[in-house]
Amino acid sequence: MNLVLSAPEIGASDLSRVGGKALSLAALSQAGFRIPVFICVTTGAYNAFLDATGLRERILLELHRKDFKQMRWEEIWDCATRIRNLFLRKPLPHVLANALRNAVAERFANRPVAIRSSAPDEDAARSSFAGLHASYINVRGTKAILENIRMVWASLWSDAALLYRQELGLDVGRSTMAVVVQELVVGEASGICFSQSPTESSQALVESVYGLNQGLVDGDVEPDRWVIDRDFNRLLKHVPVQRNRQLAAAEDGLKMVSLPAETGSRPPLTPEQIMAVYKLGFKAERHFGAPQDVEWTLRDGELYLLQSRPVTTRTPASEGDQRAWYLSLHRSFDNLRELRRKIESEQIPAMIRAAEELSKIDLVQLSDRELAVEIRRRWEINNTWVNVYWADFIPFAHGIRLFGQVYNDRLKPDDPYEFVGLLTQTDMASLERNRLLEALADQVRLRPELADCLEAGDCGNKAPEFRREIESFIERFGDLSCTVTGGTQCEGATRPLVKILLAMSSRPQAPSGSRNRMDAGRLSQRFLDSFPESRREEGLELLDLARASYQLRDDDNIHLGRIEAGLAAAVAEGRRRLDTGGKAGEEREELKAALENLDFGDRMHPNRPPARAESGRIRPRQLTGQPAGPGLAMGRARVVRSHADLADFAQGDILVCDAVDPNMTFVVPLAAAVVERRGGMLIHGAIIAREYGLPCVTGVPDATVLIQSGDPVTVDGYLGIVTIGSGEI
Amino acid sequence: MESDEGFRQLLRELLAGQKLAVLSTHHGGQPYASLVAFAFSDDLASLYFVTPRTTRKFSNLQNDCRMALLITSSTNKETDFHEAMAVTVVGSAGEIQGPEKEAALNHYIARHPYLEDFARSPTCALVRVYAHTYILVKNFQHVMELHLDHEPGPLSS
Repeated sequence: MNLVLSAPEIGASDLSRVGGKALSLAALSQAGFRIPVFICVTTGAYNAFLDATGLRERILLELHRKDFKQMRWEEIWDCATRIRNLFLRKPLPHVLANALRNAVAERFANRPVAIRSSAPDEDAARSSFAGLHASYINVRGTKAILENIRMVWASLWSDAALLYRQELGLDVGRSTMAVVVQELVVGEASGICFSQSPTESSQALVESVYGLNQGLVDGDVEPDRWVIDRDFNRLLKHVPVQRNRQLAAAEDGLKMVSLPAETGSRPPLTPEQIMAVYKLGFKAERHFGAPQDVEWTLRDGELYLLQSRPVTTRTPASEGDQRAWYLSLHRSFDNLRELRRKIESEQIPAMIRAAEELSKIDLVQLSDRELAVEIRRRWEINNTWVNVYWADFIPFAHGIRLFGQVYNDRLKPDDPYEFVGLLTQTDMASLERNRLLEALADQVRLRPELADCLEAGDCGNKAPEFRREIESFIERFGDLSCTVTGGTQCEGATRPLVKILLAMSSRPQAPSGSRNRMDAGRLSQRFLDSFPESRREEGLELLDLARASYQLRDDDNIHLGRIEAGLAAAVAEGRRRLDTGGKAGEEREELKAALENLDFGDRMHPNRPPARAESGRIRPRQLTGQPAGPGLAMGRARVVRSHADLADFAQGDILVCDAVDPNMTFVVPLAAAVVERRGGMLIHGAIIAREYGLPCVTGVPDATVLIQSGDPVTVDGYLGIVTIGSGEI
Repeated sequence: MESDEGFRQLLRELLAGQKLAVLSTHHGGQPYASLVAFAFSDDLASLYFVTPRTTRKFSNLQNDCRMALLITSSTNKETDFHEAMAVTVVGSAGEIQGPEKEAALNHYIARHPYLEDFARSPTCALVRVYAHTYILVKNFQHVMELHLDHEPGPLSS
């Protein structure tokens, strides 16, 4: 079996061994095109790695944890993260490592290279994996090259690539990957050329940037663009841009640098060079007998062809092709930094102001007409912030993922979620609320008379100071009876705050929240030490961004909850007036119309999911999800199907729910473990469970239907297994 | 979530795809495993196997009729870990005699025609398993159970 092939050794029938990219480079090289020296690490090498390490079945086990179609994108990201970590940590088998080391050392010595995917699936007629698999530019030295080859292999299993394969109906079990290792030619200008425009067959397109091509391909540097008339071989149009930066080779990897103003004032190519690029593209088209999309670079007046593939008529916008969306799942550091500025300095303060403004209005004093107007206004305000939540807050969570990937790439930890330990030094609003609850419960624990007055509901007379502290808690966080933070009296009879305080005070000692706090310092030092001195700042900035992203994951719900609570309060006041009858008339009709014509969403009308069918014939014994918080716990299940179920939560119960949201995490300090239907390692329930050191399993299909309150449950947070029942047959 | 009928159908398909089961019995508390060729009824209430009366398994069942069967779709390949299913049938078992035997034997032989001579030998017993519970494992660790209510099987002596 050939593990490595060079250009002259690759023949036309080798597609399945070398992939489309290597096949086309070899053909061009054999036809005399100027191509930087390259070798192809074949699919045979990839398969040998999988077979020797047992990774092939390990990957399939990971992907078959549950039906792929049932997985949320976050769960697929988790799978991809775990698989990537396996690739990073498994050592290369000796024979394979030797073969690769010798081939790499012989061709490239210490010269820098580009390492690119060349999967046989790629660039097939129906599909374009451009951008979905990884490339690493400017890698130097055998050890680093071997490591990066593994990372390209792993990118076969990235979340975006998995989703795209699923969409195309490709069998993930058969996916394989070859890798091209090519000498890096650092040109003064680089770009692409469509020998024939995908939209106008009489034209060709050339795009160019200063520096390396990756800036253009990744969309970080805007290119100059020229349209060429194919029939008359002449320039038709130039679309210039503002040229102020270029991607350059750093000591290790790439860096964005400013362009001197004088260089930026002129296009990267002269008219002769533009035509030379077009001719190169056209020559490739003639060679392959079909229009080509080529990448090129220009060094010391010599034009190098870097890769060539057929022009596909598919564009990211074409119908049904979600590739662009899959790619957008990952955001760049710059993009996230800008998003953070906007969220922290504009949106969050504006949300807080909006919530405060709502809380100052005394709804009872409004006339029916004024209340109708107020309900509509609050509905609009709430809608605006819900939209901001989806458009900006959710994408900002990618900061955690970006950090996780960098952390894992640099440190290759045993646990691919070790990085979460670094993020827990943030002060999340729901933890602040839980700390206040603990402090109130501490008082009740020390002074039994407070428990009596809580139960009797007369603390106002018997312990006015304690009563004031409770009122100040309610002012900030509500009385815990609502699905949204800050609301009060949603479930009048349940008195959840009182019950929770009594439950908390009845146990001897509060658990130490944030048990990871001690580790964070050590982990953060290790992370920063993994950067060379010159790039330490980059590591710090990334960590800071990830912490902000992690904190917002919690706080945004709390802030949004207060606005929702403002809407809920106005709706409740309106309904109260309609229910109590009173004066009919035009104003009352307006109020009625306001309540009837607006859609208040599920949170105002919570639907209980059905409980398990009572036939008792089919019973769950062991359910699998994702291990989201290590540990093992046993207890009685408390299935939370609506907010009112929280009031009865008792010390040591296992919290089983559809999705933990920050407005219900006040029961987590009482819980022995958390089980969630919604999947993902970075969802709220998993984050809070980790903060409290609780075993947690997420992504358990039908958890709230299959498990009943009162069922004895064992939660294995190491393996992601929930066992129901005592084991008796 | 799977419906009752959907789950039963999955079990039928798994049983139909396999010829052999591992039988668990015990002798004085010492567990004992053996291989049997099985047939099953469409309502899943009964499974059948044939064994010479001189075997350990038959003797064990005469002393204690409680038993279990393991049936799996594994193919002894690495891919079994994500693809294979296994079901454990827990119940009790006893020899069928009298008028119901012939129909059950024909049902058994229809599934295992190559065992006709063996099954009809006067030294062999046709054993009926009264299934109480089916415990199905799939996706490596996902376990669901089907509990059947039917007439009690033979009592342990």
